[in-house]
Amino acid sequence: MEPTPTRAEPSNGTGTFQPKITAFVCNWCTYAGADLTGTSRIKYQSNVRVIRLPCTGRIDFMLLLKAFARGSDGIIVSGCHPNDCHYTSGNYHARRRWIVFRDLLEFTGIDLRRVTFAWVSAAEGAKWAELVDEVTNRVRELGPYREYQALLGAGIE
Amino acid sequence: MSADFQLAEGSLDALFAAMTAAGRRIVGPRASDGRVEIGEVRSAGELARDGRHSVASAKVAAFPRVEKILSYRAEGRELAVEDPALPARPTVLFGLTPCEARGFGALSAILNWGTPDRFFNARLEQTTVVAIACTRSDEACFCTAVGGGPDHPGGSDLLLHPLTGGGYEVEVLTEKGRALVALAADRFQPPEGTARTAPAQVEAGFQMAEVTAKLPRRFDEPIWTEQSLRCLGCGACAYVCPTCACFDIQDEADARGGVRLRCWDSCAFRIFTLHASGHNPREKQGERWRQRLYHKFSYMPERLGVLGCVGCGKCSRACPVDMDLKEHLTEIAKGS
Amino acid sequence: MDELRDKARELLQAGTVKVVIGHAAPSAGRRRPVFVRTPADAARLVHDEGCWHNLATYLTRPQVRRLGKPAIVASPQVLRAMLQLGAERQLAEDEAVALAVGNASSIRVLPTLSAVEEHLATVPDELGAAERAELERLSALPPAERRAFWEEQLGRCLKCYACRASCPMCYCERCTMDCNRPQWVPVASHALGNLEYHLVRAMHLAGRCVQCGTCGKACPVGIPVHLLTLFAEGTVRRHFGQRGGASARPEYALSTFRPDDKETFIR
Repeated sequence: MEPTPTRAEPSNGTGTFQPKITAFVCNWCTYAGADLTGTSRIKYQSNVRVIRLPCTGRIDFMLLLKAFARGSDGIIVSGCHPNDCHYTSGNYHARRRWIVFRDLLEFTGIDLRRVTFAWVSAAEGAKWAELVDEVTNRVRELGPYREYQALLGAGIE
Repeated sequence: MSADFQLAEGSLDALFAAMTAAGRRIVGPRASDGRVEIGEVRSAGELARDGRHSVASAKVAAFPRVEKILSYRAEGRELAVEDPALPARPTVLFGLTPCEARGFGALSAILNWGTPDRFFNARLEQTTVVAIACTRSDEACFCTAVGGGPDHPGGSDLLLHPLTGGGYEVEVLTEKGRALVALAADRFQPPEGTARTAPAQVEAGFQMAEVTAKLPRRFDEPIWTEQSLRCLGCGACAYVCPTCACFDIQDEADARGGVRLRCWDSCAFRIFTLHASGHNPREKQGERWRQRLYHKFSYMPERLGVLGCVGCGKCSRACPVDMDLKEHLTEIAKGS
Repeated sequence: MDELRDKARELLQAGTVKVVIGHAAPSAGRRRPVFVRTPADAARLVHDEGCWHNLATYLTRPQVRRLGKPAIVASPQVLRAMLQLGAERQLAEDEAVALAVGNASSIRVLPTLSAVEEHLATVPDELGAAERAELERLSALPPAERRAFWEEQLGRCLKCYACRASCPMCYCERCTMDCNRPQWVPVASHALGNLEYHLVRAMHLAGRCVQCGTCGKACPVGIPVHLLTLFAEGTVRRHFGQRGGASARPEYALSTFRPDDKETFIR
């Protein structure tokens, strides 16, 4: 995709940087949980873009890198608690994958403070709101993920 | 032996400074972590001297690894297509081996066959090639077998011949070379007739004429499988080669817009000739190896009048499994 | 060396195998894979520290398979690769005869994967000191320095795929890199394309890597890509106790799990 060397940073009108958070969530737990947050009228920051997948087991580790490449400053990955997966074991496979990938990301110098993994069930509407707020505040503090953005367009003449 | 000027070793720094002041980017072989790589060189001291064979080729100056050839943006229902600004950054390739310099001739023949490649041509136009004659060679070199030599001027704008007492005699071969000399004219003295260091001894090892004569007859022989049994089918040889120009076009885009990139490709990859139907005319590694040799030593001389090889030996040095091209060509020349 | 050549000669003479895959030394400093078909040619075989290629990569190549049943000069890493290939159904139980070479000077002829597995039980499976030291050094760097290291290293990558091609476990005829609908990993060797490729490769090898380091040595521009695969493999070994090349029975860490797998970072 067209590299954007200087991305206009979204702000809330007061000039504060607004981070873009991408959340990869499973349909049966976290997505439903996020829905509950809404129906419960719990307010939380709107920086998060939710991408719904059937199960965390389906989350290709590369999706996280794609999110950063597309301009995300922070990522949330969330699904059913262990033992509660709608497909029985998808989240167990996901957990193994995240253990390996997360360490590898850290080894290559990618900022793990921008990647958050969680189990949020369909009943945990409040937890979802807390999670998103906490991550958004943390990533806002860290600022735009400029180091990753710098990779776009690098090495192209 | 013609010489236009003499240049003292100590004058190189001043020449570099003059080139930099004139806005030239200087690129050449430099030592890095036990290897010699082609990269930006800020002072003469950074240049690799003896053992100047860089792993990869200086062809990147005119044929980069990844090059944007157009970009586009969706604006409502319209598409705004943009041609990239053609490169305007003048570059001096300083300290190349004469074989590398010759490589640009072959690249130019390929990339101007039929439709002139304006990207390559624009970059090459902006590039001045300053080669230094080789006083050393290694067992992978065979420039003399393919019409080149350790002090061959082909492809150079300036050719520097090392002198026994230090410094260089300078041959000016083109207008571009002349223009470069003019940047630091006071450093280029009249030649004093000092003895040149003997150019490297490069044993040809085989007769190119024999290879060219025999290739057309040997297409169906098992030699191609035999020679390529250990070949891994990677792209190392093609990518380090000064005369390889095969490329792939990749679009990287989304709904909002994208770029079209030209990037390197290698005939050794299995998918190089894979058709959308699933048929592959070069399914076997032996067929791909054969194609590589024929392309360089039969088809190119036949169609373009130039060999696809300058005998630099980079392919042999880079190959993880020691597919020694000189050895293979010698074997082909010997056969019936 | 003589014993190796004798064994190779015997096997070829008896017709037990049609080819012996090993190394030859065309000159003092060079080692190359070689495919010996005649007893006389067995004299070319050498084995020493300079023979770094993991020859098991040839066991899955069509051109080599067509030569007939192979024997293969096998360092412990080649043996482990054979087991892993067996676990992944790419190598049958008695498809190749391993000529096990190692610290001991004698050659052991291992005609089946079971024999290989039995033999490997006596060979320690440890990372080399140099690799361990380098992994530790990098892990101890502050994140910004580590990132700078990998950016500089991976920035030099040409995407020649020598690493992939030399790896015995990268035998997929349709590698994910070659798939273009969608083009999941960029083909071009720009910064992003290089980073994504190497991360994908390391992840695809985690739990399958036999820690031979061949990928790093194959790289023509000297990028230590093996450190990435070694690191990912190390993570698997530490966390799950499973490893590449352990057995001819499949036990792949990333397609298995334990309900009580431990981690510290999931909220």
